[in-house]
Amino acid sequence: MRGISVEFPGVKALSDVDFRLLPGEVHALMGENGAGKSTLIKALTGVHSPTTGVIHLSGERVTFTAPGQAQAAGISTVYQEVNLCTNLSVAENIMLGREPRRLGGIDGRATRAEAAGLLARIGLTIDPASILASHPIAVQQLVAIARALAVEAQVLVLDEPTSSLDAEEVEELFRIMRVLRAEGVAILFVSHFLDQVYEIADRMTVLRNGALIGEYLPAELSRIELVSAMLGRELGTLHEVQRRSDARHPRAEPVLVASGLGRTGAIEPFDLDIRAGEVVGLAGLLGSGRTELARLLFGADRADTGTLTVNGQSGRPRGPRSAIAQGIAFCSEDRKAEGVVADLTVRDNLVLAMQAARGWARPVPRRTAEAVVAEYIEKLDIRPADPEAIMSTLSGGNQQKVLLARWLITRPRLLILDEPTRGIDVGAKAQIQKVVADLAAEGMAVLFISAELEEVVRVSDRVVVLRDRRKVAELTGDDVSVDHVMSVFAAPHAHTGAVAS
Amino acid sequence: MMRSRLLWPLVALAALLVLNVAVTPSFLELRIQDGHLFGSTVDILRNGAPTVLIAVGMTLVVATRGIDLSVGAVAAIAGSIACTYIAGGGSAVTAVLLALSVCVLLGLWNGFLVSVLGIQPIIATLVLMTAGRGGAMLLTEGQIITVKSSLYREIGAGFLILPIAILISLAVLVAVALLTRRTALGMLIEAVGVNPMASRLAGVHSRTIIWTVYVFAALCAGVAGLMISSNVSAADANNAGLWIEMDAILAVVIGGTSLAGGRYSLAGTLLGALVIQTLTTTVYTIGVPANVTLVFKALVVIAVCLLQSPRTAQLLQKRRKSPRSTSRSPEVAAG
Ligand SMILES: Nc1ncnc2c1ncn2[C@@H]1O[C@H](COP(=O)(O)OP(=O)(O)OP(=O)(O)O)[C@@H](O)[C@H]1O
Ligand SMILES: [Mg+2]
Repeated sequence: MRGISVEFPGVKALSDVDFRLLPGEVHALMGENGAGKSTLIKALTGVHSPTTGVIHLSGERVTFTAPGQAQAAGISTVYQEVNLCTNLSVAENIMLGREPRRLGGIDGRATRAEAAGLLARIGLTIDPASILASHPIAVQQLVAIARALAVEAQVLVLDEPTSSLDAEEVEELFRIMRVLRAEGVAILFVSHFLDQVYEIADRMTVLRNGALIGEYLPAELSRIELVSAMLGRELGTLHEVQRRSDARHPRAEPVLVASGLGRTGAIEPFDLDIRAGEVVGLAGLLGSGRTELARLLFGADRADTGTLTVNGQSGRPRGPRSAIAQGIAFCSEDRKAEGVVADLTVRDNLVLAMQAARGWARPVPRRTAEAVVAEYIEKLDIRPADPEAIMSTLSGGNQQKVLLARWLITRPRLLILDEPTRGIDVGAKAQIQKVVADLAAEGMAVLFISAELEEVVRVSDRVVVLRDRRKVAELTGDDVSVDHVMSVFAAPHAHTGAVAS
Repeated sequence: MMRSRLLWPLVALAALLVLNVAVTPSFLELRIQDGHLFGSTVDILRNGAPTVLIAVGMTLVVATRGIDLSVGAVAAIAGSIACTYIAGGGSAVTAVLLALSVCVLLGLWNGFLVSVLGIQPIIATLVLMTAGRGGAMLLTEGQIITVKSSLYREIGAGFLILPIAILISLAVLVAVALLTRRTALGMLIEAVGVNPMASRLAGVHSRTIIWTVYVFAALCAGVAGLMISSNVSAADANNAGLWIEMDAILAVVIGGTSLAGGRYSLAGTLLGALVIQTLTTTVYTIGVPANVTLVFKALVVIAVCLLQSPRTAQLLQKRRKSPRSTSRSPEVAAG
């Protein structure tokens, strides 16, 4: 790709970017949120048509005007936002458009069998006939990858495929990527995890503000240098957030006490208390029930056993509205389906929860709205820094920041964050961890869920470990360490096997 | 974006007016007689009043990602109830209140099916669309019921310089615009329409909002039904408000509100309703043969929708740009 520019009304998302991808290499595309990574990918696959520039594929000049053409030409893509049909089955999603046929119709059994084979290839053991929407976002992401692998492509494009995966699935994915690389497939890989990039990438290209900064070999660029190439400045805050559990001994009243709360098929009855000023981490592998637990506390799903005591009032959680009224906020991991209101502005998205709590008749005063929006655009470095920008035009990471801000401004007593740093760049991630720490210091209780164990350990005072939809341990004090959590994952019966369901 | 979408409906409206003036030079003439404004354009406004009103209710329903097919039937029911009651010796005021109360109940029913039972709006309102007209027929025993109440006649045929009907419709439109845009209601309606799940998790009272817009749509349909029957001092359960749901939906779409829900424009809806109504009038004034009127109407609507589509906008833009970009591309290929 040479001299690629992509313009949107009022924004130049890419200007004059060159990019090359060679057969048999894994090429990492790096850059902070909104740098233009996804835009470059969409220019390559024909989602956006570049205003200038040319694309050559195997020496031939190509112009794709629709993603279908790129796919037919051998470019297989997993986009950043999972774009599958969540109301269809897993197998149908994987095989969509190339189902095996029999007697003029689709052969359902063969479809499922073939899909099962592809799922097995990435180490996922789920029922191919199950509906996609019934799976967590990480599984949906894996299904999207399985779909991309189903075609024999010469180019494989993966835009943040690992953003919600655990170490184990990432390893599995890397194993497949290495096999494909050896077969001569050219792989474009985007990730905000530097460790992953250094582990798998043969070459890296860095973008900043839509411009090309350079192409590097991992060996010739240290992490620090890479980060400053991405951000255009040194990174200061990264090390500021330290383990700080020893610093404080929260003896405050519990904000929330769950006793025997559970839901059949989602999570076994568990006990949990969270105190004011405390960050409780929730660790567990894919399918261990992290999100399910959070949703029960918030009332997004109904619990069928147990009680929840919030601020001294006991009962069964009744639903999001009553949870919010009690001061609980829940930032979902599935930003596309459960967070983003795509057609509205950044401002409307940001004040949505605050407005909903006030009721329709009392609009958030314009001045208040403008003040908080400006404050959080600055605090979280949301780009573009325009409250009137339409949410769907923001990059993935920036959308995530807006959703976080949506809940932060409601000043909840308990903030449940499910993968709050998903798709967020290194700089902003440190910033968000710092915000969480500050809020806890001010007395907010936080339940912090992340597939990235290091992060959970870094921000939490206490870590609750889940395995196979059951709470198996609660680590405090010096026990809160990555190694310790890992050993609990593995502990008594390491062979319990199956991943998500 | 919204503004550019309104360009083509405006062009269509202007074109229709020009066409009318060409055929009937006196088309734009207005005269005042007995303190009433008369003229072809005033007629268009008066005849379009029910469509405007129903389209306002429809706009909010569509913004929540719904649709209400039952408005025509509800309009027929309202007229039938009022006329039957007046014909039985009741007062016009009570008749109106009675008719509108029933409409609120019908709206509650639609809203219940959609927001509580979660039935697809198109199916949920189809029930009342078919059953409602049947109910109106039962009520009027299949007869056209004529009434002689001068007070009742005012709603659809009266004048306060301008026809009262259009004044009512415009007043409702302005009131709704103020109510939804000055409060947070408009934003919440749009949020529910764009992403119902995200809105629910953000604590938006989506169920109540959805329920309310169906009640409001039914109320608008009821008032429109009263206008229609009052204009002719009769209730015709069979034909009153027939196909008006289609005109209203078209008005909403031409006005730039997507059937996929979300962003809505009441000004656009007004414009859309005027286009539809002017078109209907034009069909008569330019003497399109009766058997091809529907086809003619359809062609104009298709043309406007095609011109409005984002795809067309893209193509037009490329057309305009292409001479420059072809001259530029060789350099790029070289560099
Ligand atoms: N449809 C659009 N209209 C207007 N601006 C857009 C549109 N799509 C993207 N942009 C802008 O282009 C820029 C690059 O966005 P892009 O999605 O490529 O970022 P990214 O590098 O993938 O970031 P992230 O790491 O957050 O996913 C952003 O400033 C974004 O706001
Ligand atoms: Mg991106």
